[in-house]
Amino acid sequence: MFSEADLTALVITLKLAGITTLILLLLGTPLAWWMSRTQWRFKFLLEALVALPLVLPPTVLGFYLLLLLGANGPLGGLLEALGGKSLAFTFSGLVIGSVIYSMPFVIQPLQNAFEAIGRRPLEVAATLRASPIDRFFTVAVPLARSGFLTAAVLGFAHTLGEFGVVLMIGGNIPGKTQVVSIAIYDHVEGLEYENAHWLSGGLLLLSFLMLVIVYGINRRFRPVQA
Amino acid sequence: MGLTADSGQCKREFFSDMTIEARFQLDKGSFSLDVELSIPAEGVTSLLGPSGCGKTTVLRIIAGLEKCHNGYLKVGDEVWQDRDQFVLPHQRSLGYVFQESSLFEHLNVHDNVAYGVKRVPGKKRKFSLDKTIELTGIGHLLERKPTTLSGGERQRVAIARALAVSPGILLMDEPLAALDPAGRQEILPYLETLHDELDIPVIYVSHSPDEVARLADHLVLLEAGRVKATGPIAEMLTRFDLPLAHNDDAEALIEAVVAAHDDEYELTYLDFAGGRFTVARKALAVGRSVRLRIVARDVSLTLEHQSDTSILNIFPAVIDEITPLGKSQLTVRLLVAGVPLLSRITRKSAALLDLKPGKSIYVQAKSVALLS
Repeated sequence: MFSEADLTALVITLKLAGITTLILLLLGTPLAWWMSRTQWRFKFLLEALVALPLVLPPTVLGFYLLLLLGANGPLGGLLEALGGKSLAFTFSGLVIGSVIYSMPFVIQPLQNAFEAIGRRPLEVAATLRASPIDRFFTVAVPLARSGFLTAAVLGFAHTLGEFGVVLMIGGNIPGKTQVVSIAIYDHVEGLEYENAHWLSGGLLLLSFLMLVIVYGINRRFRPVQA
Repeated sequence: MGLTADSGQCKREFFSDMTIEARFQLDKGSFSLDVELSIPAEGVTSLLGPSGCGKTTVLRIIAGLEKCHNGYLKVGDEVWQDRDQFVLPHQRSLGYVFQESSLFEHLNVHDNVAYGVKRVPGKKRKFSLDKTIELTGIGHLLERKPTTLSGGERQRVAIARALAVSPGILLMDEPLAALDPAGRQEILPYLETLHDELDIPVIYVSHSPDEVARLADHLVLLEAGRVKATGPIAEMLTRFDLPLAHNDDAEALIEAVVAAHDDEYELTYLDFAGGRFTVARKALAVGRSVRLRIVARDVSLTLEHQSDTSILNIFPAVIDEITPLGKSQLTVRLLVAGVPLLSRITRKSAALLDLKPGKSIYVQAKSVALLS
């Protein structure tokens, strides 16, 4: 069965994935909305930047984040100078890393869903006295609901499986920054195959269930946007 | 339709300041728009022209959905756009019916229609949701999702939704274009009802002279982003300097009033300035205004008043103008007590009868269509 440490790692993983997904939905929704509407001619640069974590080895991302967030890095140093402490090897550091790592999995489905709505329903809402913010919440968001579901589930599931970034900036501190994927690695290293089985199987089942739910629900709305 | 020529005129005098003044200029590369319009803010004004002439763009600018610099727009006594201001679309008192019904797919029919109503302050609501639903005959559809409706039903819901906000002006962008003929026949009577029962000015974009003849009181002809002509519909249909009178199915419109019914022969008599039309009996109240359509092909000319003919609708007229059509035909514009009519005859007939402007003759209308 799960050891106490494994359960703690599981809780930390779920907490990390939950917070990361929430932050990405809050920050990603306005960004994806703007990217779906703007005529800005350098939009492609931003799109490439958002997609970068898809192709970059997580260790590369983790390496730069470590430099940035560590005590000697620009951001970590600034925090220390302000009386805080560096974010490397902390849960907050993990959240920052995960937000960047899972960003495309949230922003791209949202952007696609917003683009699929087109201009027309929003124009209709404008002629029916709805202000821009009103139109966004009463027309754009409900029409993009399958995109929101896809974005949330993919962002959550992808963060669950995070390994390289966590290893670089998390430090694998049990009870603080040790997540399931790294706990599994440790178990295998220590030849504790039974523990590795329980955690791996649990993660496999959880991820599969979430994807089944998202594809199942999206089939009822319309073809999956992501 | 609701108004006779006379009552239309006195209404226009009464609301003399109720006009829509617009001046738009727009340059979109290959397409340029440069229009200046002054149209009565009452009845139905149709923007007619071939596709690509800019009629939809004009409508979108009026709604504020498209911006043009240095534009000017005044509707009644409200300025919606000038050098210093641009009223945002959601702050303009208008209703817009798009070519495709564009219903909100995430809402059922009732919530689609109610969407705008909720956003209009109570004291600005001129008619209730129930009244709109009744007028458009969608009461039985309220719980349905848009995807389960037919094309005609969807468009009726879209019209109800636009009307429900009690707009000061209704803009319609080819509401029938996306429908099959059956759907079109389904919607047209509702549009006519709206015209008769609601006191909302309508701007109706169309490329179909047929629709326009049924619905419009006033016509603006657009061509390549410019206004070619504007005026009352009956006059515009018969003007030789405009393309409509040269169409194969050119026609004239006459406003008439139901005068009496004939119980013996099951006929209805309709009076207009130049006399009395006899048509097969229609279930219309005496005194009601109707619009008659007379196709040029169905009008023949005689020098004498024929009494030995089966045709009942014969009126004295004066030839106003004659213009050739192809090699063998002519279109003749006639005035029956000042009311314009068109007749299409062969060049040979015209020579035999020695027809020329100013000559007094008789017109025989073989068939008359009642439009409402």
